[in-house]
Amino acid sequence: MISFDRVSKRYAQGHDALREISIDIARDELVFLTGHSGAGKSTLLRLIMLMERPSRGQLTVDGRNLATVGPRGVPRHRRDIGVVFQNHQLLFDRPVFDNVALPLIIAGYDYREVGRRVRAALDKVGLLERERAMPVTLSGGEQQRVGIARAVVGKPNILLADEPTGNLDPLLSAEIMQLFEEFNRVGVTVLIASHDLALISRLRHRIITLRDGRLVTGSAL
Amino acid sequence: MSGRREGASQSRAEFRDVYNAWLRHHRLSAADSLFRVLDNPVSSALTWLVIGIALALPVGLNIALDNVGQLSGNWDSPAQISLFLRDGVSVETAGELQSRLEQRDEVAATRFISREQALEEFSALSGFADVLASLEQNPLPNLILLTPAGQYQGGSLASLREELEALPDVAEAVLDMEWLQRLNSLMELTRRGVLAVGGLLVLGVVLILGNTIRLAIESRRDEIVIVKLVGGSNAFVRRPFLYTGLWYGVGGGVFAATLVAISLWFLAGPVGELAELYQSSFQLGGLGVMGALNLVILGGLLGLAGSWLAVARHLAAIEPR
Repeated sequence: MISFDRVSKRYAQGHDALREISIDIARDELVFLTGHSGAGKSTLLRLIMLMERPSRGQLTVDGRNLATVGPRGVPRHRRDIGVVFQNHQLLFDRPVFDNVALPLIIAGYDYREVGRRVRAALDKVGLLERERAMPVTLSGGEQQRVGIARAVVGKPNILLADEPTGNLDPLLSAEIMQLFEEFNRVGVTVLIASHDLALISRLRHRIITLRDGRLVTGSAL
Repeated sequence: MSGRREGASQSRAEFRDVYNAWLRHHRLSAADSLFRVLDNPVSSALTWLVIGIALALPVGLNIALDNVGQLSGNWDSPAQISLFLRDGVSVETAGELQSRLEQRDEVAATRFISREQALEEFSALSGFADVLASLEQNPLPNLILLTPAGQYQGGSLASLREELEALPDVAEAVLDMEWLQRLNSLMELTRRGVLAVGGLLVLGVVLILGNTIRLAIESRRDEIVIVKLVGGSNAFVRRPFLYTGLWYGVGGGVFAATLVAISLWFLAGPVGELAELYQSSFQLGGLGVMGALNLVILGGLLGLAGSWLAVARHLAAIEPR
């Protein structure tokens, strides 16, 4: 589903964020991506969602060679991937419902379909009663779950998460991870960047470890 | 075989979906932008007023020029040629000349004013009655006022004048058009000036709107980043701002039309009184429904232009980092 073939990323300042990375992630897999901050986790995720382009190597996502996706194809590519951000990236001037509905509005679903899907996604993350609430009135864990609902509302094949439990206590973190496992069980490829080794080593999924932009463990199944 | 058929109908359905989605988002953007504009009534009204004034100035001046043009147009048609007759020509000879002239095709009407009549009229109108009475003899000549037929204008009128001046009894033929030509060229000059000022003000409107939209873009920077992160295209992000510009422009156009209407209403009373004093039925011409509509459309187009300028310059620079 996601395939890195000797991918390197060097930033303009000369810093090598990723060096010769080769990874294959299969459909239906849930994979953790770990390493110290600055090891290249975020860069790897950014390459998948085309916020960056690789300096060398080939990256294939859902059968599509990303080198063939031009600037105009980027929005469409991002619509096929659900992303959960560490800092939630919610729109604070509008209620939970509108936040979750955003990807569907962008994709142009009609209103009835939007309502149905948003409520299904909110139900999944346990926030159905809070659909009219403003994000500021929610706790950190709830905000993160709004972010997750927004990531899955478009039923993407791939779900990326960048430190989704970054600011949460262990109990909430475990709940969030459980949610990701549920999505994985219904066939979504999930890639989670996290440095919470205690948590992710308990969950018995493949762990990819990066150090200074190099792959240390977990290149293939 | 059936696979291809299915593919075709599927792509047709897909096209309709895309079109519907596009239309839906246009409606949504238009409504959302309008609500945002109306949500800040004071600052929006100020923007509208600025645009309204900038548009009302050239449009108002242009209407004023149109009115003056109409007024001078009224004077234009009965151009007159004054035939001042030679000193020795008697009233009888003048009468013969008048009837001869009237039979010509080029002449619509003539009026004979004898030197005595002219003196009376002049002393009554000028207030120099005493001075004129003290003169030993009447200095004024006999006069035939000649109105050329309608088709005589400009050059042909001038040649008619020359022809008339060549008549033996005529001392001088004066085509009383020069002041009108001066007025016309003055008006043309003013019109050009208004056009230039109008062009500058229109440019100003575009820049004002561009700046307003730039501020709107800045204030929604985070939102733009998030929308782009979850797959919003540039066109999707652009749309609400273009509609915001459109609403500002349309509102400005409405304000401009209102300002012009108010000014005309304000002037109509005095102009009517003045016209009455000159025994004229002149009425101030206004913007009219079509003019007002055009003004609103022009405002809308300028709004779009201004927001396009801002969007093109600033939106592409906002990318998720």
